[in-house]
Amino acid sequence: MRWRVAISAMLVTVTVMAGQAMAEDRHIVLASTTSTENSGLLGAILPLFRAESGVEVRVVAVGTGQALRLARNGDADVLLVHHRPSEEAFVADGFGVERHEVMYNDFVLIGPRDDPAEIAGLDDASGALARIAEAGAVFTSRSDNSGTHLAERALWDAAGVVLDGASRDWYREMGSGMGATLNAAVAMDAYVLADRATWVSFANKRDHTVLVEGDPALFNQYAVILVSPDRHPHVRAEDGQAFIDWLLSNEGQAAIAAFRVDGQPLFFPNAGGQS
Amino acid sequence: MQSPPVNPTLSVSPKRVEPRCVEPKCVEPKCVEPKCVEPKCVETESLMSDFVQAFGLALHLVASFDPELVDIVGRSLYVSLSAVAIASFIGLPLGAVVAVYRFPGRRAVVVLLNALMGLPPVFVGLMVYLMLSRSGPLGPLGLLFTPTAMIIAQAILITPIIAALAREIVRGLYDEYREQLCSFGARPRQMVLTLLWDARVGLSTAVMAGFGRAMAEVGAVLIVGGNIAYATRVMTTAIALETSKGNLALALALGLILVVIALGVNAVAAMLGGASTRRYA
Amino acid sequence: MPILPLQLDEVGVDIDGRRLLDGIALTIEAGPRTVILGPNGAGKSLLLRLCHGLVGPSTGTVRWCGDDARQARRRQAMVFQKPVMLRRSLRANVLYGLKLQGFPPDQRHERVADALERTGLTSRADQRAVSLSAGEQQRLALARAWALAPEILFLDEPTASLDPGATAAVEAIVNQIHGAGTKIVMTTHDLGQAKRLADEVIFLQAGKVAERTAARTFFERPESEAGRAFLGGELMW
Repeated sequence: MRWRVAISAMLVTVTVMAGQAMAEDRHIVLASTTSTENSGLLGAILPLFRAESGVEVRVVAVGTGQALRLARNGDADVLLVHHRPSEEAFVADGFGVERHEVMYNDFVLIGPRDDPAEIAGLDDASGALARIAEAGAVFTSRSDNSGTHLAERALWDAAGVVLDGASRDWYREMGSGMGATLNAAVAMDAYVLADRATWVSFANKRDHTVLVEGDPALFNQYAVILVSPDRHPHVRAEDGQAFIDWLLSNEGQAAIAAFRVDGQPLFFPNAGGQS
Repeated sequence: MQSPPVNPTLSVSPKRVEPRCVEPKCVEPKCVEPKCVEPKCVETESLMSDFVQAFGLALHLVASFDPELVDIVGRSLYVSLSAVAIASFIGLPLGAVVAVYRFPGRRAVVVLLNALMGLPPVFVGLMVYLMLSRSGPLGPLGLLFTPTAMIIAQAILITPIIAALAREIVRGLYDEYREQLCSFGARPRQMVLTLLWDARVGLSTAVMAGFGRAMAEVGAVLIVGGNIAYATRVMTTAIALETSKGNLALALALGLILVVIALGVNAVAAMLGGASTRRYA
Repeated sequence: MPILPLQLDEVGVDIDGRRLLDGIALTIEAGPRTVILGPNGAGKSLLLRLCHGLVGPSTGTVRWCGDDARQARRRQAMVFQKPVMLRRSLRANVLYGLKLQGFPPDQRHERVADALERTGLTSRADQRAVSLSAGEQQRLALARAWALAPEILFLDEPTASLDPGATAAVEAIVNQIHGAGTKIVMTTHDLGQAKRLADEVIFLQAGKVAERTAARTFFERPESEAGRAFLGGELMW
């Protein structure tokens, strides 16, 4: 008898909690990449949006690959990621409404100061990777299908380096996020490709530094996409669209531009492009 | 922590600060001069300094009642204690029933429980994610990325632990009690209740083991909770996040606080257990 | 409705394929204190457990008068060589059996107080049972049994690990319980105790009843060869 009472009490609790989760005040779930969250950008600009709209943006920061996967399953309302081909496929497959470019920054090749592969100052990222491969210097790769990882693979292809069994001695597939991979690179004296935002705000640099930058191939575009309410009817489309509109507005763009770490801007607004 | 004050590679031309760069494909004009080897002397910070810093940070965070820390600690306790309550509610009777009742397949259940003790949290997280995802069978409940989802994942993770340990503990007492309870004419259901009550001191250890696993667990809550600030961030996911940001000292400080909290909860449980032992045992 | 006499009809017990009790035919009647004697391994404890229903017969039947199993269970109690102390207070230990056996709530506390009083444990009623000495634990086990006011009480070597003082206390309590009208069936390997307590003796040898006689007869001139050898100290097992 007492058991039955306790069990019903628990069921009621669970139901109430579920109800609360659904009835909570206005919020959207933003699936984004670790770079935007870990650098502090979202922490800086989201309160501005909330103050204006009353909508709380809950950020699930994962790699671009996982973010797209979450959005496909309908587990996010808005996507903020950085791998154009995947994004276009996402929209083409009917999971996203429209792709809007929001901002950009760039990838940088990072390595130890003593630079065993002698790539410092090269303006050709693929050429630098080719030298790393030639020298057999340790390189840590995220290997997690993130935007950064996909960009890195494209650079290896451009460098004509085949990553196979023979490269295992120096090419380390971390299978981790940007931060964990940077920690590993620092610990292993390895080279690594990172987005500039994460690197600048990364606090465990020790004696690693940016060695190659400025190659157009290192350009890193971020785009925002509303998950299709046609595909997933529960998507909070109105608030999601309001967030996207705000990001693309002068106000949102100015907020992105105003975000600095150590006086450095990390993201450069360039709304206007879309596909 | 130690980002160098001057880093020529990051110098920016004023042009890049403009709110809008009209040409979307423009690449930031980088400082043109070839990469210079930074002149500043390379002082490799000793890793030990992170530990020292961590203690200081931990004390500071606790002393200042850092609101974000309070939020995270509160949620950690809420999630893990709820999960332990649910897991105990299921696991303790389950363990006792398996210890006392004879039924076909009992050995298989025991083996299964023992095996499930080693469930990888990430696996549990993934299963719960697939269940709670909008595309999953329980999607309409809208529980993904909520503390409730984290409670469910942790409860699944620790129920087998509590059940298996409870079975072991109850079994030991049952071997001692069996003849006396039979002599009193106790039926199996009464035996289960008696054993659960009389083994409460040992069972509190099982519950604490479950609580420890829940508090320390990161893989499952990261997947089903999403580590959303002020919504689903708990101690362990915050530690993972700070580590990935390279804030090793802050991560360590949070870890120290986690250890202290775990100690505190165990101490409270031991005190309560001691009191109940004195009163009833 | 009495549950005695207890009838065992050609009962055999096999454990792990070995026949440990064989061809037991006994009628246990109300009244005399029955002591089961026999060398180690003869099956004394097993016979008690068989009577008490903790072990089922492999062959033959164990039958209580009236054939009401629930009633029979309620009207008997057992005290073990190593008493099982529930992890509770003395009071709660005694109360537990009363609750389980369905005594009405308004009677329970009086019965508990009574049983503790008679076993000299009143002053310790709220202590933890596990904190008692071995002798006190056995007295508590007796109190627990006594509170149930059973028609028959089985005792399995209740003083085997007690010192002489505690043994005397246990024997005195057993006699009081008997005096209050409860049938006593106990095993012992202490011949002195058997002489002090027994009205009749059942002598077991290798799982069979070798002899059942009045106590005086058994100790003066046992009828069986095995009984004589046992008393003479020749039969070790």
